[in-house]
Amino acid sequence: MTVTVHYFARLREEMGRADETAELPTESISVGDLWRHLHGDAPPERLMVAVNQEQAALDTLVRDGDEVAYFPPVTGG
Amino acid sequence: MAVELYSEDFDPWALVARAERDIPAQARGAASVFVGRMRDFNEDDTVTGLFLEHYPGMTERELERIVAEAESRWPLLGCLVAHRVGDVRPGDALVLVATWSAHRIAARDACSDILERLKHEAPFWKRERLADGSDRWVEKNTPGF
Repeated sequence: MTVTVHYFARLREEMGRADETAELPTESISVGDLWRHLHGDAPPERLMVAVNQEQAALDTLVRDGDEVAYFPPVTGG
Repeated sequence: MAVELYSEDFDPWALVARAERDIPAQARGAASVFVGRMRDFNEDDTVTGLFLEHYPGMTERELERIVAEAESRWPLLGCLVAHRVGDVRPGDALVLVATWSAHRIAARDACSDILERLKHEAPFWKRERLADGSDRWVEKNTPGF
């Protein structure tokens, strides 16, 4: 499966990139496990996530073609 | 209902005037308008610029959800939310919330509700540029008072 990943704000700066594409040999993976797969460690505290532009949780399942976003707590408008 | 994001300075009062033309004058007994602009200070520091990051697509969707929920709670004749994104200078308009209703309480309460929810829930991130040239990410919005 192929997943598009976005990072925003402080996290985007720390990662040194805004986007990446993840290729995985499975049919689904949780948002938290996707982070571990990409970065080799546990998701940071207070990490916020979205799947297909809807707020999600670390146990939300991601499937082929999905868009996943990781970001720090929002500041608000 | 309209949600608009602007990457350049916008004139909130021109947007209000434009939106009002779509609402029958005889019906709109009340309009409530909030305009927020960028200050040149925050937490005792001089701020010379602001970068307002958003999540294209999701930010619009979240703002539309907030407006739709207000429309389901109050009898509104119209609602306009405009928000700035990108590099902002002190004095620029940051946010406009305008609501129209037959009566004042619906217009005023809906405007206030949309504004407060937008200030807490909408996917925006702020990075301030300080007078000494350094940058800092804002952790949370200041209380409204």
